[in-house]
Amino acid sequence: MTTTAIEARAVTKRFGAGEITALDAVSISIAQGEFFTLLGPSGCGKTTLLRCIAGFETPTDGAILLSGSDITASPPNKRNVNTVFQSYALFPHLTVAQNIGFGLKMRGDDAAKVDKRTEEMLALVKMEQMASRRPEQLSGGQQQRVALARALAPAPEVLLLDEPLSALDLKLRKEMQSELKRLQSETGITFVFVTHDQEEALTMSDRIAVMSHGQLQQVGSPREIYTRPVNRFVADFIGETNFLEAEAKGDSVTLSTGDTLPLPGAGTGPITLAVRPELLRLTEPGEGDLTATVRDSVYFGTDWHCHLLLSDGTEVVARMQSPPTGESGIGKGQPVGLAFAPGALRVLED
Amino acid sequence: MAQSRTRTAWLLSTPALVVLFCAAAGPLMIVLVYSFLSPGEYSGVVWDPTLEAWFRVLFRRDIFDGTVSLADAHLTIFWRSVKLSLLTTLITFVIGLPTAWFIATRPARSRPLWLFLITIPFWTNLLIRTFAIMQVIRNEGILNTALLKIGLIDSPIQLLNTDTAVLIGMAYVYLPLMVLPLFAAIDRFDFRLIEAAYDLYASRWRVLRRIILPIIRPGIVAGSILVFVPSLGAYVTPRVLGGGRNMMLGNFIELQFGQGRNWPLGAALSMVLLVIVTLALLVYVRASSRDEERG
Ligand SMILES: Nc1ncnc2c1ncn2[C@@H]1O[C@H](COP(=O)(O)OP(=O)(O)OP(=O)(O)O)[C@@H](O)[C@H]1O
Ligand SMILES: [Mg+2]
Repeated sequence: MTTTAIEARAVTKRFGAGEITALDAVSISIAQGEFFTLLGPSGCGKTTLLRCIAGFETPTDGAILLSGSDITASPPNKRNVNTVFQSYALFPHLTVAQNIGFGLKMRGDDAAKVDKRTEEMLALVKMEQMASRRPEQLSGGQQQRVALARALAPAPEVLLLDEPLSALDLKLRKEMQSELKRLQSETGITFVFVTHDQEEALTMSDRIAVMSHGQLQQVGSPREIYTRPVNRFVADFIGETNFLEAEAKGDSVTLSTGDTLPLPGAGTGPITLAVRPELLRLTEPGEGDLTATVRDSVYFGTDWHCHLLLSDGTEVVARMQSPPTGESGIGKGQPVGLAFAPGALRVLED
Repeated sequence: MAQSRTRTAWLLSTPALVVLFCAAAGPLMIVLVYSFLSPGEYSGVVWDPTLEAWFRVLFRRDIFDGTVSLADAHLTIFWRSVKLSLLTTLITFVIGLPTAWFIATRPARSRPLWLFLITIPFWTNLLIRTFAIMQVIRNEGILNTALLKIGLIDSPIQLLNTDTAVLIGMAYVYLPLMVLPLFAAIDRFDFRLIEAAYDLYASRWRVLRRIILPIIRPGIVAGSILVFVPSLGAYVTPRVLGGGRNMMLGNFIELQFGQGRNWPLGAALSMVLLVIVTLALLVYVRASSRDEERG
């Protein structure tokens, strides 16, 4: 049985005179020990939700529960929740060790306990050598580790991370991603992680919540979100997607090109279908499910992205693995056939 | 080549050295020398080297039997000067910190206006400002009249010619000198650190004590020095608001050069004032070099 670490009940947050709705009745429950990611475009309310959980913002409406008890009204220093800030916000006048021990000291632990825990934390983030340095004597990645250790030291019930990796370069970022996963599994603390990088979200999370305009669009495991997006926004935001307009007729659909394909349980009426580029296969002209002409093809190293025009002018992208020679073997304007992998067509809810 | 470069450097710094000598070192030497001479009959000094002036800074010789005792009147003045200057520094800090904080947290657009408002008193003559304060706090002044009107007091509070009046005056006059360096420090302060500390279980008071105050300390030290040093030598404010009795060091020194007709004693007292100021500056240098070590 899993217990709930954090629960948001219809949390609404408005700013200004109420004209800016940053969160619109957001309800989620995050399980104990979960790596939970909030994903969405800039301005969708990720930071605001995190700040409501941390206690820096008070929801206009709704409630926040920590391990089942309502903490909506308690101030940040009374919540057993710590934050890793995007800017790290390390205390410049304190050493690395003093930074890490700060939360323990403020909580009232005795000096011996603070020292012991600080040493454990330094070892956990592999910063033993740097204990007496000041934050400005550290590189970005090292500051990041200290910020993590500082927030983890008091062993909070939930750790909130607001785009903690966005200031790091690509290589360091990859390193810190696996570091974060390691820290999470070693400590068993619930992580609520904010990012607008979908790859980061897919590779790191147990579950992802996709947000847009202050509303939750879909909550699910990375695979659920990627393979079964519930709406156009999620399908478009996570990975690349081709959208096809169609008319559903029971167990088959008629595409805008006039081709009819079998699709059990499609329903009736106009629908939108989503197809991932990697589930489309190029065939000889005349074979496959549809006919198309090549508009352009772009080399990405591991694969080719082929931009195709269907007979009614709809543009779709197909992804095909690069052969050893790297040649795609197709040219502009060439007619091709297009085949859907089994189960590739997904009906979107709206 | 190297030699001519050195000579050019010396030539170039000559004007600065001349100014430094004429304006600072020279007068200082004169004061120092005067403190070892004897007072002239009506004023000035006569060339008769003695340690009498330095002796009289701290001790008193009875005119009749020649017994020596501590000059407690002088000690009282020293003590009052240091006490009032420290209190002035404290008061300007307590008022100046929220003021500077307020200005630093205004939108960038309106900050120059607030800073300008703070410095307005600077554009007015000190004597006029001090007389204005006098009008406010004297027995028939605005403050007492208002308090009487609303019935908070039955008879006027005697403020004029007390230490309190001197304190009010000095705090008013030197407040901008505290606010400006505090503002500069708070302006550079990263407000996200407050949230970080608050998040790590620190109460509001501890956020202030452990995070804000240590980080803006250079501004606190600079402001304190800027207020303490001129307070110590203040002349106009204690004279106008403190009356003749509540003298501070500045007034006492003036007295020696004027009615007292004891220039050597005045010179020795000036040197004492200089020593106290130098000690205060040393504290400042030590405090700020400790900041440098931290980076
Ligand atoms: N203090 C505030 N006052 C007014 N509006 C605010 C405030 N904080 C956030 N907002 C608004 O609320 C919305 C959500 O902001 P939020 O910072 O939560 O977005 P975000 O998803 O974290 O974006 P990003 O990825 O850019 O960090 C935005 O439209 C933002 O302008
Ligand atoms: Mg944000």
